[in-house]
Amino acid sequence: MLASLIAQLPDFDPPSVDYHALAPEIVLAGVLCVVLLLDLFIDESRKWILGSVAGFGLLISFLPVLTLAVDDGPARVMFGGAYVVDDFSLVVKALFMLAGYVVILLSMQYVDDGDYHRGEYYFLLLTSVLGMVMMGSSRDLVSMFVALEFLSIPAYMLAAWRKRDIKSNEAGVKYFLLGVFASAVMLYGMSLLYGETGTTYLAIIGERLASDGGLSAAGVLAIVFVLVGFAFKVSAVPFHTWAPDTYEGAPTPITAFLSVASKAAGFVALLVLLYVAFPSGKDVWQPLLAVLAAITMTVGNVVALRQSNIVRMLAYSSIAQGGFILMPLAVAGEAKVGEDALTSVVTYMIVYAAMNLGAFAVIIAVARKTRSGEISSFGGLFSYAPALGVLMTIFMASLAGIPPLGGWIAKFTAFKAVLAADTGWGYMLAIVGAVNSVIAVGYYLTVLREIWMKPAPDGDVTPIRTPSSLVAALGITSVATVVLGVIPGVILRFGDLSTLTSKLVP
Amino acid sequence: MLTNDNWLLSVGVFLPLVGVLALVFWPKADELGHKTIAMATAVATLAVGVYTLIKFDYDQAEKLQFHVDETWISVINSRYIIGLDGMSLPLYFLSMIITVLVMIYSWNHMPSPGNPKAFLSLMLILQTGMAGTFVAQDLILFFVFFEVVLLPMYFMIGVWGGENRQYASLKFFLYTMFGSALMLVAFLALFFQTKGGDTDHGFSIVRLIEAGPSLDKDTAVLIFAGMFVGFAVKVPMFPFHTWLPDAHTQAPTQGSVILAAILLKLGTYGFVRIAIPILPQAAREWAPWIGLLAVIGIIYGSLGCLAQTDMKRLIAFSSVAHMGFVMLGISTLTPLGINAAMFGMVAHGLITGMLFFIAGSVKDRYHTLEIKRLSGMLKQVPKLGWILGMCAMASLGLPGLAGFWGEFPAILAAYQPFEGNDTLKALPVETFRTFMVIAALGTVFAAGYLLWLFQRTAFGEPTAEFAGLGADGDDHGHDDHGHGAHAPVAHSLSAAVNDHDDHGHGDHERIEDVNGFEWAAWLPLLIGIIGLGVYPQLLFKVMDPAVKVALSAFGG
Repeated sequence: MLASLIAQLPDFDPPSVDYHALAPEIVLAGVLCVVLLLDLFIDESRKWILGSVAGFGLLISFLPVLTLAVDDGPARVMFGGAYVVDDFSLVVKALFMLAGYVVILLSMQYVDDGDYHRGEYYFLLLTSVLGMVMMGSSRDLVSMFVALEFLSIPAYMLAAWRKRDIKSNEAGVKYFLLGVFASAVMLYGMSLLYGETGTTYLAIIGERLASDGGLSAAGVLAIVFVLVGFAFKVSAVPFHTWAPDTYEGAPTPITAFLSVASKAAGFVALLVLLYVAFPSGKDVWQPLLAVLAAITMTVGNVVALRQSNIVRMLAYSSIAQGGFILMPLAVAGEAKVGEDALTSVVTYMIVYAAMNLGAFAVIIAVARKTRSGEISSFGGLFSYAPALGVLMTIFMASLAGIPPLGGWIAKFTAFKAVLAADTGWGYMLAIVGAVNSVIAVGYYLTVLREIWMKPAPDGDVTPIRTPSSLVAALGITSVATVVLGVIPGVILRFGDLSTLTSKLVP
Repeated sequence: MLTNDNWLLSVGVFLPLVGVLALVFWPKADELGHKTIAMATAVATLAVGVYTLIKFDYDQAEKLQFHVDETWISVINSRYIIGLDGMSLPLYFLSMIITVLVMIYSWNHMPSPGNPKAFLSLMLILQTGMAGTFVAQDLILFFVFFEVVLLPMYFMIGVWGGENRQYASLKFFLYTMFGSALMLVAFLALFFQTKGGDTDHGFSIVRLIEAGPSLDKDTAVLIFAGMFVGFAVKVPMFPFHTWLPDAHTQAPTQGSVILAAILLKLGTYGFVRIAIPILPQAAREWAPWIGLLAVIGIIYGSLGCLAQTDMKRLIAFSSVAHMGFVMLGISTLTPLGINAAMFGMVAHGLITGMLFFIAGSVKDRYHTLEIKRLSGMLKQVPKLGWILGMCAMASLGLPGLAGFWGEFPAILAAYQPFEGNDTLKALPVETFRTFMVIAALGTVFAAGYLLWLFQRTAFGEPTAEFAGLGADGDDHGHDDHGHGAHAPVAHSLSAAVNDHDDHGHGDHERIEDVNGFEWAAWLPLLIGIIGLGVYPQLLFKVMDPAVKVALSAFGG
């Protein structure tokens, strides 16, 4: 009986695995197992070593990304097209790994000081990074969803890491509930897509959606649902409500991680979906994204003006910056704009990662002394910690988009893309964006005013001792912020590679 | 023949940043060291400037010299293009001189709350931004340098400024930011509109000058409008000028001098270098309106001056009026008018920069700039008084001093504005002659407010509160002078914070005349004012060929 059943099964055809292409993921998975095991077997007094192991492990898993990048061969396609290692995926993998490394640097002292479960902390962080790395290569609904959950679930736990702090609990629960809700919406959209096209491969979905002579109602609904799911992930207004509370309550390094890496993962997924699966649905998603981008940056900026807590302010600022990243996507379907929009989003994600992580590094360094999250706690920073003051000035000015710092070139490419579209939506977005970049200056300057022009609160001007891991993080991010602004050619070429777009646009 | 020394400009522009780097790593306590490093950097930069001046081929002043054209941001075809012609040379060099003079002045006039390390670093960054703007020949590069000056100036006003400094610095920042946002959009629009098929002009100014004039007129007018707002805020033109009096009044002396002498010129320079040559058809449409705003600025600025009670604020308003003359010259679109404007920019830089220096020194000595509390400076501090007199004369346009050659030809040019050619219509003569009459009236006002200022502050006897403290040696009436309650408290506080600070004078400090550092900082400016006044050809000769090139679309 059983034998006959087995005989009826088709022959199992093992997928051919390109181990070089998968090496970053494999090494990273190995590293996180090592961290977990090491945590079990070493003495409490020596657990500080875990942070270093995690950091080094991340750097080691970065090496295969480099070797893959040096290799000029064609894109490596695996599992029938579900998993692709092309130039685009390598760029974003590098971004996630380096951002993850900086977050580990930010965490070291923070975690040591705070009596947290160190082993699990780094384990979860690395797991989340692994999910992001997988997201970069996913070209299939299932692998995309798996990657998304892989990166999200550890993040839910990390947000609630300070378990005796009620705000941290709130952060975790809110993030979890809304995240799961978003996943559910997205899954519903994905199931509709599958029903409509009969496949989960994005490239084939793209072909079938285009071939049927226009979208059906279910197809439209599917696109909208999937986009809404990712709008939660990138905290686009009106799906942003979790972000400020989660950011405020989570441990600060995790906030930095969420606002940079987790958000970038959402954008990567959006890019892949829009360029590979939905090019024929541009009449559906272009207006949707245009409206989302416009209200996201406006609401983010206006609310940020009124914040007195620096982390909350950066949370809203991050929402607003997300609007800027969305802006070029809203015209990405137009002919000839595609490449510009892709360049812009990739550039913006990289620059934003550098400057925002830098800002969080300064916040962590200052909070070690002031024990406060208020913007006013930065008063007189320049007088007693000039280096931190100048660095924060660089990061804030960069976030505000002032040349010659990185944020400027990011905004510039975004404006260039929407203007290149030469459509009504494009011009509308350009105007909204221009007004918003002036509004944004308002709250970034508030911080600078505290640093440079206000006295220190309580007259406490004892200097700040910055641990070496934070110094390293500050060095990496500040150099990146300045260099990307002065010679942006370094990264703009990532978006410029014609191979990159040709892989994405079938 | 063109020289190959094209490293000169890059070194001249970026050398100050090397100084900044050195300052950053110099121990904070060693203030003398900081001053020395900053001064050495500024002098070295000036030396590069002098060498540029020598190497410059004056027979080919219309060409871009020391030209560099390197890849920068290839994706948007923006290149690192720098070059210097007769139009930018004077301003480029002026920026270097002013920085050195300001450094000299800062040697013993560090404004409260001190911290020369940060102050001088910002000044050097400013220098890079200013010099870079004058040599940039690519719109994006220009924009970057144009913006680089923003933050240092913001901090200079906001940290080292007067009582109302935070408001003033924020206003300065937001106005300029708003202007430059529109300017950037205009640059981008220009980029896309000139990009057709396989010809991509990128952002190169020279190449856009070839492509721009063939743009559709309505589009060009809109793009010009964007640039206009960006530049007009910086100039500042009426009605975008309201940030200026606040910024000037609150800024420390050094900030005011740099602002007046160089930063305001970035706007007018932008018109002459970018907006007019690239979009002549739009400039022709806008010229009457620019002229109108310019004369409104002249009259409004003058009337504003007459209403001021504070010496520094009066000088600030006079800038609005003087920049009105510059813009009037530009709006005529004739070689005469633009030459006058270029000359006016340099002259205004020298004269108003000098006036702000004087205001700073008066504030140091009297701790007030209220005109009605000052009197009899000629008796008490005769040298300072006479320098003020001379600068007031120069500012009101007395022939023989530099100010005259900016104002008079501008007015003259308005008599016969651009006369039209095959492609562009003539400017309305009647309108511009009306402007001419109004502008001429403005010079009368200028004479009025400047002479009135001089008369009220310099003539007569010193007021009772300062009597006897002067350099004339009288020594009486110490106890009855009426320093308000502000003086002792404020001074002891700032003196405690910072003992070398200029407010550290005791209450009974004698009021001394011009001291050595001041002479060193001022003499070059005074020589410039007289020299250019007597022999204006020195400057016209250099600028004229380049101005003719900029106006080639308006040639016969």
